[in-house]
Amino acid sequence: MSVEREIAIDARGLTKSFGGKKVVDNLSLQVARGDIQGFLGPNGSGKTTTIRMLCGLLTPDSGEGTCLGYDIRRQQKEIKRCVGYMTQGFSLYRDLTIRENLEFVARVYNLEAPEDAAQAALERLGLAARADQLAGELSGGWKQRLALGACILPGPALLLLDEPTAGVDPKARRDFWDEIHHLSTQGLTVLVSTHYMDEAERCHKIAYIANGRLLASGTMPEIVAGAQLSTWVVTGEALDALASELKHQPGVDIVARFGSALHVGGRDQAAIERLARRYGAEGRRQWKRDEPTLEDVFIDLMTRAGADR
Amino acid sequence: MSAPQDLPSDVRRPARGALAQSFRRCVAMFVKEFIQLRRDRPTFAMIVGIPLMQLLLFGFAINTDPKHLPTAVLTSDDSPIARALIGALRATDYFDIKYVARGEADADELILSNKAQFVIQIPPDFSRRLVRGEKPAVLLIADASDPVATSGAVAAALGAANQALDRELIGPLASLSQDAAPYEMRVHRRYNPAGETRRNIVPGLIGTILTMTMLMYTAMSVTREIERGTMEALLAMPILPVEIMLGKIAPYVVVGAVQMATILIFAALLFQVPVVGSLFTLTTLTLLFIVANLSVGYTFSTVAENQLQAMQLTFFFFLPSMLLSGFLFPFYGMPKWAQYVGEALPLTHYLRIVRSVMLKGSTFGDLAVDAGALAAFTLIAMSVAVMRFRQTLD
Repeated sequence: MSVEREIAIDARGLTKSFGGKKVVDNLSLQVARGDIQGFLGPNGSGKTTTIRMLCGLLTPDSGEGTCLGYDIRRQQKEIKRCVGYMTQGFSLYRDLTIRENLEFVARVYNLEAPEDAAQAALERLGLAARADQLAGELSGGWKQRLALGACILPGPALLLLDEPTAGVDPKARRDFWDEIHHLSTQGLTVLVSTHYMDEAERCHKIAYIANGRLLASGTMPEIVAGAQLSTWVVTGEALDALASELKHQPGVDIVARFGSALHVGGRDQAAIERLARRYGAEGRRQWKRDEPTLEDVFIDLMTRAGADR
Repeated sequence: MSAPQDLPSDVRRPARGALAQSFRRCVAMFVKEFIQLRRDRPTFAMIVGIPLMQLLLFGFAINTDPKHLPTAVLTSDDSPIARALIGALRATDYFDIKYVARGEADADELILSNKAQFVIQIPPDFSRRLVRGEKPAVLLIADASDPVATSGAVAAALGAANQALDRELIGPLASLSQDAAPYEMRVHRRYNPAGETRRNIVPGLIGTILTMTMLMYTAMSVTREIERGTMEALLAMPILPVEIMLGKIAPYVVVGAVQMATILIFAALLFQVPVVGSLFTLTTLTLLFIVANLSVGYTFSTVAENQLQAMQLTFFFFLPSMLLSGFLFPFYGMPKWAQYVGEALPLTHYLRIVRSVMLKGSTFGDLAVDAGALAAFTLIAMSVAVMRFRQTLD
């Protein structure tokens, strides 16, 4: 297999503006075949717009790209045939039954035996018993499961999932991710946007964007190492008061509450250490040196992106 | 739960009294609705646009006493007396002599194809027999399928008969112009001898009802997908706009056919309006009309941003269809510009078709022009819809 065919998504310099505002700005992203690529960033950072450009629903203002080797500007027809796109909101027909929805998808993709394909999908999804229930009556978790089932029904080689687990309970989220990993082992490439850190940690690679620009990408250890944050975990009393106090101290880049602990970090290692010694000496709280979490890194990236603006 | 600390306490205190509180909630709703209405620009424009435009359009266009009706003359008598008679009828302003029929078959065809509403038939030996004092008869054949449109003209023709020849009958013929007219004006009301209005209204209703229902069915179809969020997924699938359109229109052709059958059956049972012409012709051309309306509705659906706008566009199209097509008011009673508007509406052509087939027994050949107009209309509407349909979210 040539190197070219190993790449599922190859976007270079994608730019898209709406009403004079650059929503995606010179974004380049490569995703290898079979990888699960996490796509993270705050609300309004351009994740959905990027995904829509990749599947041919939006035309980039500038930049080039291919999906599965097809040009995203000129070969949208081919892309639609072999890319499964799961929209942010539920976009199946609420007034059709589960089976009818799946059969509709199978027919639009010209599958040989749409009824059989739908039946097979029903069984795989564990929805065979509820096949004749209206899709609109399903709970959030089942809706999302059905939507994924409809996406993979035509046998796509690439899945683009736009916040598939928003508003879904933890158990359903876990099942969903098990399914994604299962699909990935079968050779499917997945690009999935999310706000959940535990989900990000289950991706092979992560890309983080803010204000339409790619700020970091790579594996999780690469991103954490690349941030060069020294992080201390503080526990003890009156942490909120400490947080507001630390926020304006020189050398402090992030102060964030995690459950009963406070994460304090900065790129200036010496400055953070001085603070840790000074506040640690008070004795009211414990300061402990720790590896930065992915979330620490993202908070730092987001703060810096906000300052740039 | 405690209230946020940074709000002054008097801001959070509710208004006093149940009624005052209820009133405030009404106002909250009222203000919200108004803001939403103002944001929907097209709707905002139509608030004033629809009533004003319709008022002006129909106020100037509607006239229940049509003049200048297309008329054919059938005669081989070229005498001054015959010409004077025709001239007198023309002078009533009701008759516009547009055709000279070459024979009775030719005259019939002019009426069946809706080119002429009247035929004035003057017998070949008319002036000779008139001079002899034999009181010959002139035949005025009226297409009475629309009794409202023809009654004024018939009355005018009868009224004009007495003085029609006064100027010709001088000298030796003066004795003929003494009292009553020296000839007889016989009126032949074809297709609806009793002048029953329902014979005209009921076939027209088929067209009006189908226009309204068909437009509504498809006008919502694309906006509904957008509003429910299903459009984005649909666009990401390998399906073409033409395929979406045809797939959305086809089911309603069946619905339209059922409606047509229902109306026809009850028209025959309740109103005794028969189908004189061929049922096959009627069905075929009605299906064409149904498709034309469905395409218009679908086009609206691709233009409108939401279902309210789609509804308004439907209404915007439906009202002129009712008033300018000849359904309620005679087509030839309208000024020329309104007739041009009418010609651009599918219902106008369909009314000619349905009335002609049901009441007069017209055939495909007689109605080729109107059928062609419907087909052209369908093609244009579908092309616009496919071009308007946005395949991307740009």
